[in-house]
Amino acid sequence: MAINTNTTKRSRERDQATQKKIHALAEQIARKILAGRDPVLEIPTRTRSNTNWNKKRGILEMGDATSERPLFDLKTAKQFMQTMLHASTIKELIEAEKTSSLRGVFYKAKHTVAGTKENTFDTQDESDPILEDLEVSLGALREELHVFAENRGAMVGNITLIDKGDQIDCRRMGSGGYALPSIVEPDVIQFGKCEAKFVLHVEKGTVWNRFNEDRFWEKHNCILTHGAGQPPRGCRRLLQRLNKELGLPIICVLDADPWGHYIYSVIKQGSISLAFESTRLAIPDAKFLGIRAKDYKECDLGDAVKIDLTENDIKRAKEIAAYPWFEGHKGWQKEIDLLLKNGFKMEVESLITKDISYVTEQYVPQRLKAKDWLD
Amino acid sequence: MSQSENAAEAMARKQRDISVSEFFAKNRHLLGFDNPRKALLTTVKEAVDNSLDACEEAKILPDIAVVIEDLQPDRPATAKSSRYRVTIVDNGPGIVRKQVENIFGRLLYGSKFHRLKMSRGQQGIGISAAGMYGLITTGRPMAIVTKPKANASAHHIELAMNTKTNRAEVTEDKETKDFPPDRFRQLGPGTRALAEQGVFLPAAAFPTGTAVSVELEGRYQKGKGSVDEFLELTAIANPHARIVFVPPTRVSADDDDTPLATRSQAASATTATVTTETNGVTLFPRAVEELPPETKEIQPHPKGVELGTLLQMVREYADTEKGSLYNFLQERFCRVSPQTAAAFCDKVGVTSRTWASSVEPPTVEKLFKEFETAKLAPPPTDCLAPIGVRQLLAGMLKGVRAEFYAASSREADVYRGRPFTIEAAIAFGGDLAADESARVIRFANRVPLLFQQGACSSFKAVVETSWKNYGLAQPRGGLPVGPLVIMIHMASVWVPFTSESKEAIADYDEIRKEMKLALMECGRKLGTYLKKRQRMKREGERRDVFERYIGEIAKALNAITGEDAKRIFDALLKQAKSKTAVADQVLDEDGKVVKDEPIDEEGVIVVTEAMARGATEESDSAPIDMDAEAEPSPSSSAPAASKAAKSPQKRGARSRSDDTGGLFVD
Repeated sequence: MAINTNTTKRSRERDQATQKKIHALAEQIARKILAGRDPVLEIPTRTRSNTNWNKKRGILEMGDATSERPLFDLKTAKQFMQTMLHASTIKELIEAEKTSSLRGVFYKAKHTVAGTKENTFDTQDESDPILEDLEVSLGALREELHVFAENRGAMVGNITLIDKGDQIDCRRMGSGGYALPSIVEPDVIQFGKCEAKFVLHVEKGTVWNRFNEDRFWEKHNCILTHGAGQPPRGCRRLLQRLNKELGLPIICVLDADPWGHYIYSVIKQGSISLAFESTRLAIPDAKFLGIRAKDYKECDLGDAVKIDLTENDIKRAKEIAAYPWFEGHKGWQKEIDLLLKNGFKMEVESLITKDISYVTEQYVPQRLKAKDWLD
Repeated sequence: MSQSENAAEAMARKQRDISVSEFFAKNRHLLGFDNPRKALLTTVKEAVDNSLDACEEAKILPDIAVVIEDLQPDRPATAKSSRYRVTIVDNGPGIVRKQVENIFGRLLYGSKFHRLKMSRGQQGIGISAAGMYGLITTGRPMAIVTKPKANASAHHIELAMNTKTNRAEVTEDKETKDFPPDRFRQLGPGTRALAEQGVFLPAAAFPTGTAVSVELEGRYQKGKGSVDEFLELTAIANPHARIVFVPPTRVSADDDDTPLATRSQAASATTATVTTETNGVTLFPRAVEELPPETKEIQPHPKGVELGTLLQMVREYADTEKGSLYNFLQERFCRVSPQTAAAFCDKVGVTSRTWASSVEPPTVEKLFKEFETAKLAPPPTDCLAPIGVRQLLAGMLKGVRAEFYAASSREADVYRGRPFTIEAAIAFGGDLAADESARVIRFANRVPLLFQQGACSSFKAVVETSWKNYGLAQPRGGLPVGPLVIMIHMASVWVPFTSESKEAIADYDEIRKEMKLALMECGRKLGTYLKKRQRMKREGERRDVFERYIGEIAKALNAITGEDAKRIFDALLKQAKSKTAVADQVLDEDGKVVKDEPIDEEGVIVVTEAMARGATEESDSAPIDMDAEAEPSPSSSAPAASKAAKSPQKRGARSRSDDTGGLFVD
C-alpha cells in the first residue's frame, strides 16, 4: 500500500533523528566525564513556574527554564543514573524497531545495581517521569521514543479511520467502541470518510455507554468519545486532530465539580506536565456543555443529586478560578461562583434521577440547540 | 532529796570515759564496715589511700600491690562470708619504729586532721579502724612490715588494739630482711609472671616501704562497689601510680562483673599503658611519669570557719602563744593583712594590743559576724593539686576502652572560704554500651566515691547538664544515654561530704556550678567530635551512593556511544573520591585520621582504631565491588581492622601523635 511504504520511510527518518539526539546527549556526558568535569544533565523544568500561558494561541507553553541534574549530588544521583539507563533502553528499542509500553520500559531498565540489593527502579512511578524528562530534554515525543501507554478511552461515530493500514469503521463498533491507542499520529492513524459534524466528549465510560446505547451519535450525526476520567495523551491528540484537521467542534460533557472543570481546562489549554506538547494536544476552542451549576434549578433536579463540596474541592475550585484563562472569563467566574455558592457538586450520571435517557434525549440536545455552553 | 542524791551518785559510778575505739567498735557502720563485703572494700580503700598519700608526700612514684588471700578456700559454697587476709604493699617512705603503734593502733591519730591541706584521707581513722575490725572479727592482730631505711632491715610488728585504752598492744616485734615479702610473688602463675616481668613487687622499686596485713571476715564479690571497681577507678584518677591487684582465687557467687575496660589477655602487657590481666592478676600500669604537684598547707580563710572552731582557735592561741587578737588574726588566718586585722579589732571594739586571752565569747561572736560580711581576697589556690588534663586523659585512656576522650580542668574557685578545683573527663564510644545510661565516676581528692551517687552534687551536675546540645540522648531529669563514661573530680583542702562515710559530695551552689562548667567544656568537645564523625560517615555514605551508580552509568554510556566503559568508570570513580575526600580521613592506608586535619581541640584524644571499628559496625552494607576489574571499594575499613588485630595492645594513635611523639595531647 502506498500509504504504508510512505509511513515506513517517514518512521525511519524519524528514528534516525531520534537516535542522533540520544547519541548527542550521551556523547556530551561522556566527554564531560572523560575531561574530569562534573557530569550534569540539563532538563527543561516541567513545573508550574516554567509554564506560560500564551493568550494569543490560547494554550499553555513550556518556558525556557531548565534544571540541572548533577550525578554528584545525593538528591539527583539516582535520577541521573536512571535517565542514562532509559536513554540506553530507548536506543535499543529504536534499533530493534520495536515499541514498548511504559511498563515494559520500566521492566527493561529495572535490575539490581551491581553488588547491591538496590533496584535501578523500584516502581513504574519512578520510571514514567524519567521518560518524560527524556522527552523534553531530547525534544522527542513519546512515540518517537517508541514508547506507548495503555489504550484508554473509546470512540464511536460517523467516521472511518485507517489504523496501521486497517480500516476502522467507527459506525460499527458495537457496545464497546474503538479503543483509543496511545499513539495516534498521522503515520499511524489517518482519517477516512467522515459525516460527523461535531465530537461529543464525555468524562467516563459509564456515561459514554448511555450515549452509545441510545445511538446518540447516529441521531445527532457526531462522534462520541470518552477519556476514562482525565483523558490520556492519545485521546487528547485524537480530539485535537479531529478538531484541527476535520474542523469538528469538540463539546465536552463533564461533571459539575472542580475535577470536571480541570479536565476541561486540560483538554482546552494543555497541562503543566505536558506543556511541551500543548501545540499537539490543546484544543483552545473546546466547549464545556455541562453539567452546569445552574442545572440543579434549571432542570429541576432533586436533592439526591447533591454531593457536598469537600474542603479540598473548595480550594481546588478557587485555584481553577484563578487560572489565567478563566480569570478574565465572566462565564467561568459565574460558573465557579455558583458552584461554591451551591456548596455541592453533581455528576453527569445524576441526571438519571429525571429519566434514564434524560441526558441523551433532552438535556444534551436542548443545550446543543440553544448553543448553551461555556468556551 | 538524799534519795535522788544517792541515785545521782549511783549513776555517777557508772559514768566513765568512752574510748573512741570502743565507740567505733560499736558503731562500725559509721566507718564503712557495715557488712562483710563493704568491710573488705573499706580495708583496701583506707590502706591504698594511705599508701598513695605517703608516697606522694615523700615524692615517690607509687608502686602498690593489693593482695587478697582467701583463708578458708574450703568453706561451703553457701557461706556468706569468709576469712581473708588483705595485704597492701607500697614503696612509700616507711614508718619509723616508734610511730608504728600510733599510726596503726590508734583511732584519730595522724597528721591530716589538723591541717588544711589537700590529701586523700581527712580524718585519720581509716587504717586503724580496719585493724580493729579485723581484730574483732578474727581475733588476729594487724601485721606491719615497714622499712624506713633503704639499707637497713625492715621491722615486722604485729599489733592488737585495745579498744578500751585506744592504745595498741604489740604482740610481735622483730627485724626482717624480707621486704617486699617474697611470699606474694609466689602466690600463683599470674604473680610469678608479673614478677618476672618486673612489674610486681620489684625489689629495686621498693628500697623503702610498708606492707600492712589485716585478717578479717569479709566477702569478695565483683561488680558495683567492689574492690575491683575501687582499684579500677583509683587507677584512673591516679595515672602516676602502678597498682597490681591479686584477687582471691575464690569469688563469691552471683558475680556481676562489668569492668570499664575489657582487659586484654596478653603476656606482653608491659609496654602498653592500658589495664591488663594476667592469670587473674590485674595490672594497672603507670601512665604518666610525674608526681602530682606538691600541695601547700594553708591557714583557714575567715569565711570558712565556724563559730565553735573560732572560739576554740582563740582559746588555743591564748594558751600557746599568749599573743594579741590582732596577731592571732594575722597568724592563724590567710588573707588577713595587718590593716584588715586592725579593722576587725576596731569593729569588735578591742585595740590591737588586747590579749587574746581577755577576749570574751560575745566579742568572738561579733568577730565571727564581721568575718561573714567582710570583703576579703579569696584564699590562695596553690594548696590544690588538680589531676591535670593530660593526666586525666592518660588515666581514662588506660582504664576505659573508648573511642573519644576529652578532659577539662577548671580554675580554682572558693566555697565557704575553702578553695577547690573541679575537673571532668569523658570517654565516649568504643566498647562502651551504647544503649545504657552514662556511667558517672566520681572522685574527691583522687579517691573514688562508690556509693550514694544520687545524693552527690556531681550527679546532680551531670543530670542538669544539657547533653542533648552535644548530640546525646537524655531523658528528662536523667543521665544522658549512650556509650559514655563521665568522670568528675573535686580537689579541695576540705571536701564537704554529706556524711562521715565520705561517699557523696555535699551540694554547694559554687561547687555544682563549677562541675557543670567542666562538664559543658567536655561536652562541647564531644559535640564537635560527634559532628565531625557524623560528617565523615555522611561523606562515606555519599561516596557509597555515587559508587553504586557509576557502574550503571558507565555501562549505559558505553551502550549508547561505544565509549570504553572502563575509562568512563575510572574517570567517574576518581571524581567520586575527590568529591567525598572527607570520608578518607578514616579510610587512608593506615586507618588513621589524616594528619592535616586533626581535631583542633585541646584536651582531646581520639582512638582511631576504635573509630574504624565503630565505622564497620555502623555501616551494615557490605563493601561494594563495582565489577570484577574495578578496585575494591575504599569504604571498607579492612586495613585498619586487620592492623588492629595484629597488635591488640596498640590502641592506635590519636590525632596529634606525630608532632609530639607522645601519645597525648598537651
